[in-house]
Amino acid sequence: MGDKTPAPADPSKSTGSPGRFSAQGAKIWGIFGLLVAICIYTALSSDRFLRVDNVENLVHRTALFGILSIGAAFVIITSGIDLSIGSLVCLVGVLLPFLLTRYDWPAAAGVAAVIGLSVAIGITHGLLITRMRLQPFVVTLCGLLLYRGIARGITDDRSQGFGIEFKDLRSIATSQLPIFGSGDDVFHLPATTLILIIVAVAAAVFLNKTIYGRYLLALGNNPDAARYSGINVNHMTLLAYVICSTLAGLGGMLFVLDINAAQPSDFGNFYELYAIAAAVLGGCSLRGGEGSIAGVLIGSAVMVVLSNAINLVHPDYQNIEFAIIGGVILIGVIVDELARRFVASRREAARHAGQ
Amino acid sequence: MSTDPNIPLLKVRRVSKRFAGVRALKDVSLTLQRGEALAIVGENGAGKSTLMRIVAGVITPDEGEILVDGQAVHLSSVAGALKLGIALIHQELNLADNLTIGANIFLGREPRRFGLIDRATIDRESHKYLDMVGLDVAPQTVVSTLSIGKQQLVEIAKALSTDARLIIMDEPTSSLSEHEAQRLFEVVEDLKARGVSILYISHRLGEVERLADRVVVLRDGERTGELSREQNQRKNMVRLMIGRDVSRFYQRTPHAPGKEILSVSELRTPANPRHALSFTLRAGEIVGLAGLVGAGRSELLTTLFGVTPAVAGLMNMKGLRRPPRTSREAIAAGIMLAPEDRRRTGLVLPMSVKRNLSLASLRRDQRRGLLRGFLNRSAENQVAAMMIELMRIKTASDRQVVRYLSGGNQQKVVLGKWLCLEPKLLLLDEPTRGIDVGAKEEIYKLMDQLAGRGVAILFVSSELEEIISMSDRAMVMHEGRISGQLSRSELSEEAVMRLATGDVEPSPERVPA
Repeated sequence: MGDKTPAPADPSKSTGSPGRFSAQGAKIWGIFGLLVAICIYTALSSDRFLRVDNVENLVHRTALFGILSIGAAFVIITSGIDLSIGSLVCLVGVLLPFLLTRYDWPAAAGVAAVIGLSVAIGITHGLLITRMRLQPFVVTLCGLLLYRGIARGITDDRSQGFGIEFKDLRSIATSQLPIFGSGDDVFHLPATTLILIIVAVAAAVFLNKTIYGRYLLALGNNPDAARYSGINVNHMTLLAYVICSTLAGLGGMLFVLDINAAQPSDFGNFYELYAIAAAVLGGCSLRGGEGSIAGVLIGSAVMVVLSNAINLVHPDYQNIEFAIIGGVILIGVIVDELARRFVASRREAARHAGQ
Repeated sequence: MSTDPNIPLLKVRRVSKRFAGVRALKDVSLTLQRGEALAIVGENGAGKSTLMRIVAGVITPDEGEILVDGQAVHLSSVAGALKLGIALIHQELNLADNLTIGANIFLGREPRRFGLIDRATIDRESHKYLDMVGLDVAPQTVVSTLSIGKQQLVEIAKALSTDARLIIMDEPTSSLSEHEAQRLFEVVEDLKARGVSILYISHRLGEVERLADRVVVLRDGERTGELSREQNQRKNMVRLMIGRDVSRFYQRTPHAPGKEILSVSELRTPANPRHALSFTLRAGEIVGLAGLVGAGRSELLTTLFGVTPAVAGLMNMKGLRRPPRTSREAIAAGIMLAPEDRRRTGLVLPMSVKRNLSLASLRRDQRRGLLRGFLNRSAENQVAAMMIELMRIKTASDRQVVRYLSGGNQQKVVLGKWLCLEPKLLLLDEPTRGIDVGAKEEIYKLMDQLAGRGVAILFVSSELEEIISMSDRAMVMHEGRISGQLSRSELSEEAVMRLATGDVEPSPERVPA
């Protein structure tokens, strides 16, 4: 029996520098590869895919869903969830035209009211979760039911729209800026893209460059350690829910301004799930503490392009669109998990080899 | 299987175990006869729990063998051990407390009738086993409504229902009242009379004196001796447990403490609101907080740190006029805590060394003016580089994920996180638990240096050695109250243990149940 115990291996020596090839970076490249693959497949299968109007539409829809997904990402980073996004899109979507056309509110007041409402809903979610210690799933599930019910109640379940009025306000979501090309092939950048860029840059700066973003990542990983480090976990968690609801409200507003019709019973249906799926595809872990804005945007694009691909390539598959999307996401997360395990086992092996 | 009464029930022969290269047990042997109660004593980290877990099949030894009824067995699972009649009762009970007593006793092996759970049989059988442990409660009672002591008896009944011949009890009285403990001892005597053997781990030497037929003492993973019933007195056990050579331990440079920096009076923690705690701390003073597990020491630290805010009481310190309500208030006043469970509450394991080191100082170092709230990367890098060097943290780079560091280096990261904020009062909860000897030494040295610079240190330790050699003064807690204070000259194992077990004066609050 050996008396001398070998000194415990210093694992840090052989695991290499983790920053150079971070797991987060690998995830983003992986999902980007998936996006490119779907694009190539669709472009080869349908000549309509790369037509300017289709690409414009894809960019536009990615922008709208991207805004919702960034919001979802913030709560997911805190290891929470928000199931009420779709219903809030609906509530805002019907309320804005309702206030403007039925009660003749000025556009600015209507916008302020729905955004204010969204902020208030976010604060309410946050307080229920942090102060009352209710589970995020339960709180926002109730929100999902409540806001849609309220939207249908207020409007008598009748479709809401702006008709031919409020052109200026609607132009926020509908206008396009010619960028390049000539004649019929001019590519117009949808204005919603600019809004997305502003939101995404602000979100990325907040998450990566401010102490609060760091706090969110820390508390998402380990709320106790964050609290023991002097971080106000409750305030930061509440903030994440406010960001999520506010972006859901902004998204709902843009959706209705764009489409000009909101049917309370199905407007925004399932959008929370698209947003959560996009965030997860984009590298957010539902365990919290992980996520990047770039990944979430690519995740949103995957969702939008995938749906478009089904429409273009296999219009007869539309009935099973959900099944296809579900299957693709499932395969994506399985591949991601396998890759993670592979990297971990390689690391482990390297550690033992270095011993 | 042989049942020859002359063959010992259990023989452990030259068993060794290492964890991640750290030795937990070396060459330990013991024998247990039928109907015998054998106690295993030793300080924290002596290897008691490792030995228990090996016998119970939770972990397998690296070397050595285990014989049951004289035959070598390979215990690779708890279920396998149970089949051989070996049952382990954990320190934290393992009952599904939302279920009834009967359901717990037969959990996972419910008797069935026509494919459905046969409640009548459960109730009848449960009665039998409850009788054996002298618990007069209906089997339909939901476990959560029972006191901890009664839950413990349910665990024993459950063990008996599996025909256990050897019951391992890990610190069974740590959360029992005096009365409940008495009841437990009677049950143990009864079990012995039935021929059931008991392996008993306890910190409470008084209990061991009373209960054990023999005592095996472990120290640093090695067996240091065995005491028969006649020799089994506290002082013999302590001698074998400590077995030192005081000079081997870290030698502090004594210095005179400065002026009072903290006064606490009538402080009530949410965990033990019945007891009001009062004490003062002086600059540059190292105060050890001793006591048994569950005495309320950690709870006092978390209350001083504001994470479990005080329910009542006064606290006075520069920059703090009342007990802190959040850790942020405490940190602002210079009170910082390195918690007991550093992996759960001290560190964000998936984050890098740098991000962990800077987590608490980000706010102080944030940018100013228009960029308020923004990270100051250069300050962050500086903090990390400085602390890695100062604390001699062994890491490949500051981007190394802390999960992969050794226990000692992880603890240094926790301490480094606070040192860059220049604490005035450092609260350390079991600062050297799970840390190898070299890193321990470094942490002692650091405590010494910090005290020399005027930092007050209040540290919790379950290692008497550590309390005695590091403290200028020790406060001892017993069941939620401070049962006494000892100056450096009064410090001894005996004195601390007496106060910790409440031997000195009976606590007036205790009302037998």
